[in-house]
Amino acid sequence: MGRFVARRLLQMIPVFLGTTALIFYMVHALPGDPVAAMWGDKAPDPVQLAALRHQMGFDKPLVQQYLDYMGNLLTGDFGTTLAGRPVLDVITEALPVTVRLALLAFTIEIVLGVSIGLFAGLRRGKAFDKGTLVMTLLLISIPVPVLGFIFQTIFADNLKWVTPTVQDSNDITQLMLPAIVLGSLSLAYVARLTRTSIAENIKADYVRTAVAKGLPRRKVIGTHLLRNSMIPVVTFLGTDLGALMGGAIVTEGIFNVKGVGNALFHAINLKEGSTVSGFVAFLVLVYLAAGLIVDLLYAVLDPRIRYA
Amino acid sequence: MRGGSQAKWVVAAVAVALAATACSSGGSTGGSSSDGAAVNAQGVFSYQSGEPQRPLQPANAMENQGGRIVKQLFQGLVDYDPATGALRNQVADKIETTDAKNYTVTLKSGWTFHDGTPVTAQSFVKSWNWSANTKNNQINSDWFSDIVGYDAVHPEKGDPTADSMSGLKVIDDTHFTIELSNPVSYFTYKLGYSAFYPLPEGFFADPAGYGQKPIGNGPYKFVSWEHNKAITLAAFDKYAGTNKAKNGGVVFRNYTSGEAAYKDLMSDTLDVLDQVDSTDLPKYKDDLGKRAVDQPQGAIQNISFALYNADWSAPEKAKVRQGLSMAIDRDTITKTVLNGTRQPADAFVAPGVMGFKAGSCGDACKYDPAKAKQLIAEGNGVPGNKITILYNSDGGHKEWVDAVCNSIRQATGVECLGDPKPDFKTSRDLVTKRQVPSMMRTGWVQDYPLNANFLRDVYGTGAAANDAGYSSPEFDKLSKEADAATSVEKTTELYQQAEAVLAKDMPAIPLWYYKTSSGWSNNVQNVKFDSFGNPVYTDVEVKKK
Repeated sequence: MGRFVARRLLQMIPVFLGTTALIFYMVHALPGDPVAAMWGDKAPDPVQLAALRHQMGFDKPLVQQYLDYMGNLLTGDFGTTLAGRPVLDVITEALPVTVRLALLAFTIEIVLGVSIGLFAGLRRGKAFDKGTLVMTLLLISIPVPVLGFIFQTIFADNLKWVTPTVQDSNDITQLMLPAIVLGSLSLAYVARLTRTSIAENIKADYVRTAVAKGLPRRKVIGTHLLRNSMIPVVTFLGTDLGALMGGAIVTEGIFNVKGVGNALFHAINLKEGSTVSGFVAFLVLVYLAAGLIVDLLYAVLDPRIRYA
Repeated sequence: MRGGSQAKWVVAAVAVALAATACSSGGSTGGSSSDGAAVNAQGVFSYQSGEPQRPLQPANAMENQGGRIVKQLFQGLVDYDPATGALRNQVADKIETTDAKNYTVTLKSGWTFHDGTPVTAQSFVKSWNWSANTKNNQINSDWFSDIVGYDAVHPEKGDPTADSMSGLKVIDDTHFTIELSNPVSYFTYKLGYSAFYPLPEGFFADPAGYGQKPIGNGPYKFVSWEHNKAITLAAFDKYAGTNKAKNGGVVFRNYTSGEAAYKDLMSDTLDVLDQVDSTDLPKYKDDLGKRAVDQPQGAIQNISFALYNADWSAPEKAKVRQGLSMAIDRDTITKTVLNGTRQPADAFVAPGVMGFKAGSCGDACKYDPAKAKQLIAEGNGVPGNKITILYNSDGGHKEWVDAVCNSIRQATGVECLGDPKPDFKTSRDLVTKRQVPSMMRTGWVQDYPLNANFLRDVYGTGAAANDAGYSSPEFDKLSKEADAATSVEKTTELYQQAEAVLAKDMPAIPLWYYKTSSGWSNNVQNVKFDSFGNPVYTDVEVKKK
């Protein structure tokens, strides 16, 4: 187990180096000069343009720029944005917001998704099951912006419970609405995965054995059935956490949440290589960590899986 | 400056002001009235904004987000009256010149910065010298190029050889002189631009720190900058200018999407909108009623001819160019394709600008397919019977370029195609290298509300923005005379004569003027917009709750 974790952690290093290099190159390959763009549509003053490019190190070869960037990264310096702010500040501002939003959405989809899926799976073919299938299909087919606008209209414009957008991105109660919108799509997937898995496993031998040896129904479902049915769900949740962290850009836009998605989009628009690389480096770490946790959870859920 | 989306500065003029009054005065339904409601002088209102892309330093604020904030934090020697567009003295008591080349500035006393230090002649001269210096990396450093000694602080090559421009001399605390390398009769108009704001002594010790927490001399003082969230300003109670704030402060709230801001405005969570997003444009007037704003801005959209190409340079081609202009149905295109967000152009200068002369483009800007065909035939036809319009496809231009081409094709039978380039930089490269085959999209947003800015800087021989490569001895002679004139009135009049030359030669086809489409919430009243689409912040009144 320990060796497995150590090996996985070591694997993160080349993945990390590879992704940052790739992103650094890709941002550079985007058309347009980020420094000239500061003049908007106006033709830049060539003297000042050259001076600014020199100050920001854009006049060096790309490889040199990347090496400088990685060198600074080792000392904890993430570089500066085009506006002259430390990238680390931008990351530490956006990150807590996104972590809160993602965890909130994540909790909603686990709690609601798994319980709905469980009940539907146990009552396969009954009204609740059919209702679940229709509802989840609906959630999967409605695009996020539409869902966002429906929620804004109902809860803000009609009921006046909340403001249409988030006024303070650090206030967790205000993040409820975007979190529900953000979590709803995954909720549907989680519910369907759980339902199918439960419905299948309920016919398995070990469940029949558990029932036959006279275990109480609660225990049969809780310890045996649910636990074993969670493997596909956990696999999905692991990748979904990463997606929630980096890909909440649409929801963040609708509700004006100042999270990672927004910051990243802004940085890509401005061609801020250092900011984009910083965020991506971080997101890569999140993905890798989530993947590792999922793998470890397999062993917890299914005792037959062992890591040497 | 070129094109659509950058710096919005200066304040408006007559036509614009009338439009603004029409929108903001009268009306009593649903609390949308501009008069009557009790006002809370300490009330703070919010405005839809975005994160400034540069530190908040006067000569560094080129784009909207930072620019509009710097403009509230600082006040220059002069500014423009939002109601009339006329130049008015602020920190300056008077600015005198006899030859449009040597200026003597006298300052009023009693002006202070927000930190309590006085505003002196030194505050201006040091600020300008610092901003012009290449080393200090200010985006607008080339605004000082008129001044003698600019070459020393901003040389073409190498490091600056001096720290100050020899053309600026401080006489005493309230007097300084400016010497220009060439006469510029409207130099005082330029002085209203934000690059010419003064800076407090403390700034020079810590420019970066002051860029984050600016200290100015304007109607509002800086309170806080929560990055990517909001910038908060409070009214400055010791402000000595004429436009003292009628409210307690402004919160520039950061919005990533226009739709989100519009939703907030509809629920009175946001008070003043920057610009209505494209999704809500068709319905915003119904939604907001009297709280909706729809008025022209000091910006124009043109399509220009590549006059450096041999087949366009023959003298009879002027008729062909006029003919093509008359083949464009501006009214229909602005109403349908552009959703009423533009106003058809009838001059080379935008309305609301001093010296604007309505209809100076004459019949050439009126839609007349029969005349268009006739003129093109008289000028021996369009070269190759085909034109292409080069544009950048990242700026939302495709729809109208296609519409213009359709209009030309239908009216004259000339083959017309859009020539999209992936982004602004790519299209710009082709334009500056003079490799445009026949036509290109061009535009101009005013730096200051004077017709000279729309004419000399765009059509003068060798001007930085003269993308058409237009060169007319007659135009140049008139603009040179205009620059050497002793009064601004005389200058604008001479420039109007120069504009008439353009109507004859048609180096570019004026299409339409940009418009401000905006609105405000039920919490505020007396909201007026200037010709750059910014509200007159100091005049906004917050209603008592």
